[in-house]
Amino acid sequence: MSVASQTPQERSGLWHALTELYHVFNTNKTSWVGLIIFLIIAVLALLAPWIAPHDPLEQNIVDALQPPSDTYWLGTDSFGRDVWSRILWGGRISLFVSVMSIGIAMVVGGALGIVAGYKGGRIDQVIMRCMDVLLSFPTLVMGLLVVAVLGANLTNLIIAIALTVIPKFARIARAPTVAVKEQDYIEACRALGYSDARIMFVHILPNVVGEVLVLASLWTATAVRIEAYLSFIGLGVKPPTPTWGGMIRQGFEYILDAPWMCIYTGLAVLILVFSLNLLGDGLRDAIDPKLRNE
Amino acid sequence: MLRYTLKRLGSTLPTLIAVLTVIFVIIRIAPGDPAIAILGDNASQQAIDALRERLGLNEPLLEQYWYFLSDALTGNLGNSLVSGRSVLHEVLEVLPHTLDLTVAAIVIGVILGIPVGILAAVYRNGPVDYVARIGSLLGLSFPSFYTAILLILAFAIHFPWFPVISNANLSDPGDRLYNLVLPALSLGLIMVAYVARTTRASMIEALGADYIRTARAKGAPAFVIVARHGFRNAIIPIITIIGLYLGLLIGNSVIIEIVFNRPGLGKLIVGALEQRDYTMLQGLMVIYAFFIVLTNLVTDLAYGMSDPRVKYQ
Repeated sequence: MSVASQTPQERSGLWHALTELYHVFNTNKTSWVGLIIFLIIAVLALLAPWIAPHDPLEQNIVDALQPPSDTYWLGTDSFGRDVWSRILWGGRISLFVSVMSIGIAMVVGGALGIVAGYKGGRIDQVIMRCMDVLLSFPTLVMGLLVVAVLGANLTNLIIAIALTVIPKFARIARAPTVAVKEQDYIEACRALGYSDARIMFVHILPNVVGEVLVLASLWTATAVRIEAYLSFIGLGVKPPTPTWGGMIRQGFEYILDAPWMCIYTGLAVLILVFSLNLLGDGLRDAIDPKLRNE
Repeated sequence: MLRYTLKRLGSTLPTLIAVLTVIFVIIRIAPGDPAIAILGDNASQQAIDALRERLGLNEPLLEQYWYFLSDALTGNLGNSLVSGRSVLHEVLEVLPHTLDLTVAAIVIGVILGIPVGILAAVYRNGPVDYVARIGSLLGLSFPSFYTAILLILAFAIHFPWFPVISNANLSDPGDRLYNLVLPALSLGLIMVAYVARTTRASMIEALGADYIRTARAKGAPAFVIVARHGFRNAIIPIITIIGLYLGLLIGNSVIIEIVFNRPGLGKLIVGALEQRDYTMLQGLMVIYAFFIVLTNLVTDLAYGMSDPRVKYQ
C-alpha cells in the first residue's frame, strides 16, 4: 500500500504505537539497562571479524589450555584457540538464531492470533486448539525432536525454535484482538468497506504490538538458551564453528584443568539472557496496568 | 468437585490423542527414509526393506497412524532398535532418577521461592523486594548447565563434598539423596526464581484487595492477614506456575542429566538421538506426552481443591 492511500488514522496508529513504546521505556528504567547491555553485546558480536584478537578457528597446539593472560584474555581451549575470540564469534550464531527464530515466530504467531481473534468461530477454534497442543510440549523437548528429525543445521535450528514459540505469540496476540474488534472504529472501517486484511493488519495490529514486543524480548532470552542447550547436546551448528553451547560442552571435558572455558562462555550466555530478561521484564511492568502505579 | 473432576478427566483423552498426533506428524515428516537414516547410506537394499517391514513403514499412512495411536494408548512402545529391549522397560528403569530430580527441584523451588516471594510482596519496593526481584530475574536467566557447572566447580571440585558424576544406587536412600543434592540444586534454583516471582506478583494483588483492608481494620494480626487472608488467595497462580514450569523442568532435566552423567529420560533421549534409535525416540516422545497431559490434569485438579470458586465455572 502506498503512503498516499493511507488514511491519517492509519499513519497515526503506528506512530502512536511507537511513541507509546518510548513512553513505556521511560516508565521503567530497568528496561533501558537491559536494552543497553543487549546492544553492547550485539555490537561486539557484529564487530567480531574486526575486533576479535585472534582467528576463532586457528589452532595452536603449543598454546593449548592456557589460562587467561595478556595474549589470550580469557585463555585458550584444548586446540589452543582463543576463547575470547570464539565467544565473540559464537555470539553471532547465538544472536542470529535467536533473533531470526523469534522474528519468524512473532510474525507467524502474531498473524495467527490476530486472525483467530478477529474471525472468531470455527477458525478461532481450530487455530487455538492447534496452538494449545503445540504449547503442551516443553520447548527444549520439542526443539530436540524437530532438530533430530530434520537434521542439525542453522536453518533447522531456527525452524525448531520458532515452532515451539509460535503458539505463545498466537495466544498473546489473540486476546487484545478480541477486545478491540467490537470497538466503534473497527465497525466504522467495516462500514467503509475495508478488507479484513486491512482492518486486521493496519487497524488492529497497533493494539497488539506492545504485548507482542514484550513477549519477543523475553522469548529471545529463552531462544538464546535453547540454542545453547541444543549445541551443548550436539544438535546445533556443527564444530569447528564456534557456538556458545558447543564451547561449554568442550570446556566441560576439561573442567579440572581449564575451567575458564566453561566459566567465561557460560557467563556470556548468562549476560545476554539476563539483559533480554531485564528488557522484557521492565517493558512488561510498564505496560501492565496493574503494576503501572508502582 | 466430583463433576469438575469428571469433566476434566473427560477432556484428557482428546488432548492426549492430539498431542500424539503431533508426534506422529513430526516423526513422519522427516525428509528421507527413516530406514536409511537409521542404517546409514551404505546399507544394502535388502536390509533397508527388512527394516521398513519391521517398522511398519510399508503400510498406508493412515494405517500407520492407527497402529501408532492404539499402541501408544495401550502402552506398547515397541523395542529399542539398539538394545532390542522393550522401550517401556528401559524407560521405567531410569524413570525414578528423573522423577527424583524433578520432584526435588519443585520441593526446593517451593520451600525457598514462596517465602522469598511473600517477603518481597510484604516489604514491597523496599530493599528486600529489590534484592528479591533482581535476584530472581538473574536466577531465571541462568542457563541450567551453567548453574550445574558452577556448582560442580564449587562443591565437587574445590570442596570435594559431592560427586561430580551422579549415579545413585536406587536401593540405598542415603546414596540416592547424596547423589541428588547438586543436580537438584542446579534445577531447583531456577524453580526458586520462578516461584518467587509468581508468589510476589500474586501476593501483591491479594494484599491490595478490599478484604485485606477489612481484616486490618478489625485488627487481625499481621501474620494472620498475610498467611490466611493473603496467601490463601494468592495460591492459585503459584500452583499454575509450578504446573506450567514442570515442562520447563523436564526439558532442563535433560541438560542436568547430561552434565552430571546421571541416568534418566534425558540421557536416554540423547543416546537415542546419537544412535538413531527411532523406536526409542518415538517411545520417549509418547512418554513425555503422557507426562505433560498428566501434569496439566493434576494442575487443574489442584485448582479445584485449593479454590472453591473453580468448580462453578
